[in-house]
Amino acid sequence: MKIAIPVDSNNENTDVCVSFGRAPYFLIHDTESKKNVFILNEAANAQGGAGIKAAQTVADSKAEVLLTPRCGENAAEVINSANIKVYKSEKGAAKSNIEAFEKGKLSELKEIQPGMHGHNAG
Amino acid sequence: MRIAVLSGKGGTGKTLVAVNLACVADYAQYIDCDAEEPNGHLFFKPQNTEEKIINRLIPVIDETKCDLCRKCVDFCRFNALALIGNKIKVFDKICHSCGGCKIVCPQNAITEKEKRIGKIISGTSENVRVETGMTEVGESSAVPVISALLADKIDVETVITDCPPGCACTVMESIKDADYCVLVAEPTLFGVHNLNMVYELVKAFKKPHGVILNKCVEGIDIAENYCKEKQLKVISRIKFDKELGKLNSDGEIVSRVNAGYKAMFADTLKSIKEEVSHETASDS
Repeated sequence: MKIAIPVDSNNENTDVCVSFGRAPYFLIHDTESKKNVFILNEAANAQGGAGIKAAQTVADSKAEVLLTPRCGENAAEVINSANIKVYKSEKGAAKSNIEAFEKGKLSELKEIQPGMHGHNAG
Repeated sequence: MRIAVLSGKGGTGKTLVAVNLACVADYAQYIDCDAEEPNGHLFFKPQNTEEKIINRLIPVIDETKCDLCRKCVDFCRFNALALIGNKIKVFDKICHSCGGCKIVCPQNAITEKEKRIGKIISGTSENVRVETGMTEVGESSAVPVISALLADKIDVETVITDCPPGCACTVMESIKDADYCVLVAEPTLFGVHNLNMVYELVKAFKKPHGVILNKCVEGIDIAENYCKEKQLKVISRIKFDKELGKLNSDGEIVSRVNAGYKAMFADTLKSIKEEVSHETASDS
């Protein structure tokens, strides 16, 4: 199974990024092979609809689980339609969040943000 | 002559200035482009109003024709389309109605449907033709309503555009066709910060412009000094005045009920028109 996490940088010790849509990279962790792949998030600098584009990238990665501190409503619509389960990540390293998830310590993300659309994109 | 009235923030007196400039003209068209929260009509109370519905076009995907090639998703600058599973999903609110997805679709699987996004209410108030843009609640952008408002040009000498506050896309859309921009600002430090934002905007748009300082109090010269420093023309200074404030908050048009204010705004309109003809002369 693949786990996707929005992260600050493309190295193994990276922290989870505070933003989903505007995260610089996504870490895709394969729970079987234990391999990590970093995908550049092209939505990071998008004019608008960053959440949608970022969610598309996660869906395209074939991840089945997303660990994220937050998720906007448009991104959630894409993620849910792609049957990806969303768990609320904890502050800190991506690595420790993967461990926490595998031990069943993370809970499902319930709160969905209304998003920023229109406020900065115009 | 198309005069746009704008300011870096709400509450500086844009509507006060725009409404009264329209009233002191022989005949004017007043266009309320603050289409998210229009309030000029509260002063004008226009008669014989007519409504026009504003729609925009949103893509519809014919799933029987779509082969999931993804060209539309990759094309969309605003990321309003997503390919999930075996379906293209359209995010209506994110879509800017550019129609590009329909053009790039090799399967001709995309048609467009109309989505109601607002309305224009037109009416008359004495010597002023009043046009008000109203965006539907929940619409993320008022820009299409504003562009529809400004597309309907009628043949009058004076057109006053009451712009939305700030300097976002809605304001840019509102000043596009303006011959002159009036920047309304309060004389405070905060007012100067906001004035600077709209000044940068009209400079970028290369629009002739001047400043009206509102709620002026003796001894506070922050905005005055800023204008001097930037060599900005101050067209008019409206004093902080409880009587004006009271009339205005009662929904009265001050230049229609008080001869002094009428003379003041008539002077201001005259100065603006002289500025515009001066600009036109120096351009040619």
